[in-house]
Amino acid sequence: MSANFENRKQHNMNKKGTAGNKGKGVKSDCYVEFEPLESGGIHIELNSKVEAYYGNSIRKLATEILDFFEIKNGRLLIEDTGALDFVLAARIEAALKSVTKSSKEFLLPQRRENKLPSKKDAFRFSRLYLPGNSPKLMINAGIHKPNGLILDLEDAVAPDKKYEAGYLVRNALRSLHFYGAERMVRINQGNRGLNDLKQIVPHYPNLILVPKCESADDIQNVNRVIEEVKQQHRMDAPVWLMPIVESAKGVMEAYNIARSADNIVAMAIGLEDYTADLGTRRTAEGTESFFARSMVVNACRAAGIQPIDSVFSDVADMEALAANVKVSKSLGFDGMGCIHPRQINVIHENFAPGEAEIEKAKKIYLAFKEAEAKGLGVVSLGSKMIDPPVVKRAVTTIELAINTGKLNKDWEKD
Amino acid sequence: MKYDKLVINAAGREVPVIINGEEHTPFMGVGKYRPKGRKHAPPIATCADYPDDGNKMVKDIKEALIKSGLKDGMTISTHHHFRNGDLIANMVFDIAHELGVKNLRWFPSASFPCHEHLIPYLEDGTINRIEGSMNGPLGKFASEGKMKGLGVLRSHGGRYQAIQDGEVHIDIAVIAAPTADPFGNANGIHGDAACGLLGFALGDSQYADRVVVVTDNVVPFPAIPWQINGNYVDYVVKVDKVGIPEKIISGTTKITKSPDRLLIAELTAQFCETAGLIYDGFSYQAGAGGTALSIGNYFGDILRKNGWKARFIRAGSNKYPVQMLEEGLVDYILDGQTFDLEGVRSMRENPNHVWTSPFTSYNYHGKGNFASMLDIVVLGATEVDLNFNANVVTHSDGYLLHGIGGWQNTLFAKTTILPIPLFRDRIPVIRDEVTTLCAPGEMIDVIVTERGIAINPLRQDLIEKTKNSGLPIKTIQQLKDEAEEICGVPEKAELSDEIIAVIKWVDGTVIDSVRRVITKQ
Repeated sequence: MSANFENRKQHNMNKKGTAGNKGKGVKSDCYVEFEPLESGGIHIELNSKVEAYYGNSIRKLATEILDFFEIKNGRLLIEDTGALDFVLAARIEAALKSVTKSSKEFLLPQRRENKLPSKKDAFRFSRLYLPGNSPKLMINAGIHKPNGLILDLEDAVAPDKKYEAGYLVRNALRSLHFYGAERMVRINQGNRGLNDLKQIVPHYPNLILVPKCESADDIQNVNRVIEEVKQQHRMDAPVWLMPIVESAKGVMEAYNIARSADNIVAMAIGLEDYTADLGTRRTAEGTESFFARSMVVNACRAAGIQPIDSVFSDVADMEALAANVKVSKSLGFDGMGCIHPRQINVIHENFAPGEAEIEKAKKIYLAFKEAEAKGLGVVSLGSKMIDPPVVKRAVTTIELAINTGKLNKDWEKD
Repeated sequence: MKYDKLVINAAGREVPVIINGEEHTPFMGVGKYRPKGRKHAPPIATCADYPDDGNKMVKDIKEALIKSGLKDGMTISTHHHFRNGDLIANMVFDIAHELGVKNLRWFPSASFPCHEHLIPYLEDGTINRIEGSMNGPLGKFASEGKMKGLGVLRSHGGRYQAIQDGEVHIDIAVIAAPTADPFGNANGIHGDAACGLLGFALGDSQYADRVVVVTDNVVPFPAIPWQINGNYVDYVVKVDKVGIPEKIISGTTKITKSPDRLLIAELTAQFCETAGLIYDGFSYQAGAGGTALSIGNYFGDILRKNGWKARFIRAGSNKYPVQMLEEGLVDYILDGQTFDLEGVRSMRENPNHVWTSPFTSYNYHGKGNFASMLDIVVLGATEVDLNFNANVVTHSDGYLLHGIGGWQNTLFAKTTILPIPLFRDRIPVIRDEVTTLCAPGEMIDVIVTERGIAINPLRQDLIEKTKNSGLPIKTIQQLKDEAEEICGVPEKAELSDEIIAVIKWVDGTVIDSVRRVITKQ
C-alpha cells in the first residue's frame, strides 16, 4: 500500500509535458517530452533524422529555450523528423509550459514581411486551409500562390492538440514564408477563440476567420479582444475579419453580421455544417444551399464586403471543382476556400474573367476614358449609354484580368 | 588488399588505383580516356560438347552450378528484371554457402531490399563483395564498412562496358527468365512471371564463361522471341517460381499526388516548352519516379496541344508512356526495363514498343549509343553542388542509397534536367560540395526546384531563351541561399577516411570513392 502510494506521488511529481507528433508518415515535425526533475541538471536526449546536419543546432536551440524559462533540472526528449526551428521551438515551449508555469513567451525573430498589412479590398479568390498542428503542410504552402493562407486552429485540429497548435500557429505567423499570401488564422468558437486571439493577434495576422458566426455580438466580442491586444502591444496594423456563417441562424443574420464592424472585409459560408443544421446533405448540384449562398452574396453586397464560397471537398476531382467554381462565380461570389494546393489554380482560372468579358470591359473602360477626356458627363458605347456601376465593374474586371495574368498590365499601350 | 595507391583524379577526387587487387584508371575527364586493345571474349565452345537434340536441361540450380565449375573466388552474375521480386540470386548463394564455396564476387545488375537475405553470406565470406548498386540493408551494411572486399558501383552502360572490355570477367551468369526453351532461348514477354525484357543479361550471356538460364515456364523449342540467344547458354533449369512479377512495380511508379512535386513537374514542362526543347519529332527519357512520370504527362499535354508527336521515348516504361504510345503521341518506346505489367503487355502486343539493352542504349565503348541522341532527359539526384556536380548514390549522411542505373549514361542527352525539391525534410539538396561525385557539373544543364530554376552557365542558349519568360530563373547560389535561409546551414557529415566502395564513370575510370560512415556506439 505505502509503496504504491509513494509511486503515485512520485508519478504526479514527475508529470511529463508532451507536444508534437511522431509515428509513421510524420515528417518535418518533432515530438517533445519534458519531465521536470528536482535535481540532477538538464538532460537532453535527441533522436533526429537530421542529426548529421542539424544535431548541434537543435541542441543549442533546446538549451536556449530551457535557459529562457529558467529551467535547471529535467529531462527533455526530442524525436525529430526534420522540424524547422520554429516548429522545434513551438513544440519545446508547449511541452515545457504544460508542466511548468510561466507567462513568458519564447519568440524567434519575426520575418519583416510577416508584419506587413494587407489591403481591405485585396483579391481573395482562394484561401488555403492549413491544419494548425501540421507543420509539414505549412512549409511549402505559399509556393502554390493562394491569395490567403489560413492557419486553422478550429476544425482541423484535434481537441487534445489545440493547446500545442496555438504555439505552432503563433510561431508560423512569425517565421513561415507566406510568399505574398495574406496571413489568416481561423480561431476556435467561443471563449477558446477569444483566448486564441490573445495568443495570435500580437504576431500580425492580416485576417481572422470567425467560425460559426451567428450574430453581430459574436463579432463585437472578437473585436473587443482584438482592440485590447492591439492597444496593449501598441499595434496599428489592421486586423481584418472574415466571419463564416455555418448555420440556419447565421444565414438569417447574414446582413447584420456583415455590417456589424468596419474591419469585416469578407464573409464566407461553410456548407458542411450548414447542411447538417438543415438536416440535409450537400449534393453536387447544391440545390439545398442555393438560398443560403444567395443570402450571403446579397448580405455581403449590401454591406459592401466580399462574399466567399465554401470549400469543395473532393480534392481529386478537378473537373467537378471547376464546374463548382463557375456556379459560385455566377451566383456572385468573389472567392472560395480550398483544402488542397492543387485546387488553387483551378479556382483562380475559373474566377478570373473570361476573354469575352475582358474584351467588353476594355471597350467600356476606354469609352469611359474618352468621355472623361472630352469632358462629357455621359459615357456611351455605340448607341448604348453606360451607367457608372457598369464602368466600375469593367474596372474591377480589368484589375482581375491583370491580377490573374489574363491581361498585360500595359494593355492600354497596345 | 581492398584498395591501394590513392591519387587525385581529374575531378579533384581522391580515388584508389588498385581496387580489390586489380589496377584501374582514375577519371581523366569526360571523353578523355581512350580504351586500347580488343574486346574480351569467352572461351570457344564446340557443339560436340552439347546435346544434338538441343536439350540442355539439368535437374536444378545446384547441379547447374556444380557443372559450371563453381569454386572459390569466382564471379557470379544475376539480374534485376524482377526488381524487388527477384528470387534467384538468393537461391544461388544459398547453394554456394551449402557447398562451402568462399570469396565470391557477386556482380548483379542491381540489388534490392529482397537481397537482405545475403548479408550472412557477406559476413561469413561466402561473398567477398558486391559490384553493383547497393541500397537499403545492403547499402547500410557496405556503408558501415562491413563488406570484406571493396564495392564497385557502375551505371547500366558501365556494367556492359566492364564486361565487354574484360574489366569484369564473369565465370557464371545465372539468368532468370519468365520463359525459355530447353535449348536456352529465353524471353521476358511470356509466362506467368513475365517481366518484359532481359536486356540487362545480354552482355552476361555473350561474355560469361558459363551461362545458366533459370525459368518456371519451359516451352518446346523455339521460344520466340529469343531475347537471350540459346547459342550462348550452357544449362537450363526449371524451378517452381522464378520471380514475383507484381514486385517489379515499385512504389515510385505512380504519378505523384504531392502538390509540391506536381509543381516541380509543371515547371519542368513549362521550362522545356519555353526553351523550345519540345518539337514535332523530339525524344525524351523520363524515369519511373513520381515526378518524372508527371513530367511525361505534361509533355503529352504539350504534344496534344500542338498536334505534335514525339519520335521516341526511352524508358523505363509503365502505363503512362504506354498510354502515350497507344494514343499516338509517340512513334516508338525504346524500352530498357518495364516498371509495371502494362509495360509488359504493351511490349508483348505492340511492335512499336521495342526492347533494348544497355549495349544499344548506354554502352560508352561502342560506336555510339541511343542516350546521346535524346533531346531531354529528366533525372533525380540526392545532392547537387554549386558547380552543378551531382550525386545519386549516397545520402548527404554518406549512406549508399541508390544505384546509378542508367543515370550516368543518359547525362549525354542534349539537355539534362534534374527536377528536385530544394530541400527534403529540412535537408537542403544544394551543397557546397557533393558527398559523392557521380556526374561532373558540365553534364548537368538545368535544376528545377519548387522555388526556382537554375541553369548551368555553360548553357547560355537556354539562359537566353528563357529570359523574361516569367519562369522563376535564379542562380544556383540563390537557390542554395534560399534553402539555407529556411532550413539553416547544415553541418557537413563527418565520414571516415576509409574507402568502402568506388564509383565508376561510364568509361570505366574511377570518378570517386565512397567513404565509411562513422556509426555511433
